[in-house]
Amino acid sequence: MTVLFGVFLLALLVITAVAIVRTQNLFVAVMLLGIFSLLIALNFFILDAADVALTEAAVGAGISTVLFLGALALTYEHERMVTRHRALSVAVVVCATLVVLYATFDKPTFGDPNAPVHQHVAPWYLENEPKYIDIPNVVTAVLGSFRGYDTLGEVFVVFTAGIGVLFLLSARPTAPNSRRRAEDESSGIGLREDLIPRIVGRMLVPFILLFGLYVQFHGEYGPGGGFQAGALIAAAFILYALVEGEERTLEVLPKNALIALSSAGALLYGGVGLAGILLGSEFLDYSVLASNPITGQQMGIILIEAGVGMTVTGVLLLIFHAFAARDQV
Amino acid sequence: MQVLGIFYYWVFAILLMIGFYAVVAKINLVKKLIGLSIFQSAVFLLYLTMGKVTGGTAPIYQDDAVNQLFSNPLPQVLILTAIVVGISTTALGLGIVVRIKEEYGSIEEQEIQEIDRR
Repeated sequence: MTVLFGVFLLALLVITAVAIVRTQNLFVAVMLLGIFSLLIALNFFILDAADVALTEAAVGAGISTVLFLGALALTYEHERMVTRHRALSVAVVVCATLVVLYATFDKPTFGDPNAPVHQHVAPWYLENEPKYIDIPNVVTAVLGSFRGYDTLGEVFVVFTAGIGVLFLLSARPTAPNSRRRAEDESSGIGLREDLIPRIVGRMLVPFILLFGLYVQFHGEYGPGGGFQAGALIAAAFILYALVEGEERTLEVLPKNALIALSSAGALLYGGVGLAGILLGSEFLDYSVLASNPITGQQMGIILIEAGVGMTVTGVLLLIFHAFAARDQV
Repeated sequence: MQVLGIFYYWVFAILLMIGFYAVVAKINLVKKLIGLSIFQSAVFLLYLTMGKVTGGTAPIYQDDAVNQLFSNPLPQVLILTAIVVGISTTALGLGIVVRIKEEYGSIEEQEIQEIDRR
């Protein structure tokens, strides 16, 4: 049954991807990309990756669609020219496909517990996690503690990308044009004049926020953690902005607060790492944070997950506002 | 299960190449970024496919169960963070595309190159 379902989902995935590439309307392509993300999240779930599926559903299907649409609103929706050197591109792609397909025959059997990937550090993590950290979700433990350096790096990359977007989109366009402002005066901002989306949207926002906080603080026991929670909380605010207009969202959570939030998150993560040094151990070693090493590890993971959640929420909302606030030239 | 295994790897290869085709053959910059997202998703799928263990379950310990068989948690950790980093870098790309549109009035690669040649 799972096999049939898996084959069905994968076939849908390929069909969606082909449709995305073939359509010339970029709006349609972005909508299909949202469906693609949802389908691939289901696939991740079949592959036992509950945490990853949650992240992909929140980020890929939710936030990435909004960001692409924001960019389309500032550019245009229709591809003017379709392809260049089509025959050459197809030839290159077909050759590369054949090479990759040839390589798949050398891969270990699907689901083989003796495959090389399962022989390295993973068994050690699974075996020793209850001894050193003792939280049920091994993914969170590996993410926060065993691989804390990786995660710290990723958080800084997210932070840097946020700064980059702010940097790019705060530059003043060289050809000012007041077209969009004139439109704004005549029509309402956001969906404030449409009754049903407004009521339903406003009803959903607190529940999405609550679920985001649950995912943040339940990440040690079930699928969840800072990355997923950050995306969910940002999605709640983006929904509010779509319903009520961007200005009112900025009144609730001003831009300076977002900048402070994203920097504070990254600093909190780094600070927990430094606290390890100051208490006489190594960078990002949480064992010394409390008298009992296991409690220390759990405390460290909760703190750094909070930092991750703050940075991800702040950066995603800053990026959204950067796109939303820009006037079309 | 064997058939599904080969199928997963093949779908990875096909998705990877669909994304690659969009990046090399399409002229529109937004379409190229969409292709890059598909390419990226294909890589995520490969990692998680390799992490799966037959009969395994998500790596979360449960009190009442003994001797549980878990799938590999490591690829999941790597991909989890990669998804969020992926959206941030895509947003950076979109920011550059918006700036290009503002300066050149176009997001088609050929038109931009023609303007540059003048």
